Amino acid sequence: MTSRLRVYCSCHNLQQVRDFVRHFLLVASPSERLVNQVVLAIDEVVANFIIHSNGENADHFLDLSLALQDTRLDVEIEDYSATNFTLAGGTPTLDMPAHLRQGQRGGLGLVLVSRLMDQVAYFERNAHTVCHLSKTLS
Amino acid sequence: MKITSHTTTIVTLALEGELDASSAIKLDAELAQPALLTCDKVLVNFQQLSYISSAGIGMFLSHLPRLQGAGVKVVFFNLPEKILNVFEILGLDALLHLAVTEQDALVR
Repeated sequence: MTSRLRVYCSCHNLQQVRDFVRHFLLVASPSERLVNQVVLAIDEVVANFIIHSNGENADHFLDLSLALQDTRLDVEIEDYSATNFTLAGGTPTLDMPAHLRQGQRGGLGLVLVSRLMDQVAYFERNAHTVCHLSKTLS
Repeated sequence: MKITSHTTTIVTLALEGELDASSAIKLDAELAQPALLTCDKVLVNFQQLSYISSAGIGMFLSHLPRLQGAGVKVVFFNLPEKILNVFEILGLDALLHLAVTEQDALVR
């Protein structure tokens, strides 16, 4: 089963993204915890693209596609901005005690994504950045 | 979000709905209020919160040093299981004051 959503780059559209993902996952009947994990990971990537790659310009958009085959969920978020949003350094790390001491506001999103999903990959397609996430829903 | 005061020294923030990159801005304004620095304790009730992203969590974390530096204890309570799961994934359950109930939060 597959489904696609075009997301215009405003943070006000994040609710629409989460609702879209929750509705898609209904057919798989995963646990509430699992649904929340997937919704959160996708929200984080979409928010990053909206804020950092597109400057919250609502004239820009992303394409979100979901594919479910048995229990495997594949997600692609395609960004059409000129920003190359690839993780050059590999899996992000986090020193949470230090993060707390410093009172940092950001830096948690991509760490969460790497811990919530089974696989996270960024690549280029037609000069666009694509984020691919996958997770086994069991 | 609602703010209720138990006493002049304990303030409770009751979160509602979904806290994401869009709605976290309102939380920032509430946490920045100078009045919080005069409290002994700020309790944050998650019972009516159905979702939180890193933007919401980060907003809390960004205010903690200032509040704690002023001697304010911040306690999070009534976390729904799926939200507690996120805190656990980040390792925050071991670093923040979490309580199961409001009563527990009051005595922590």
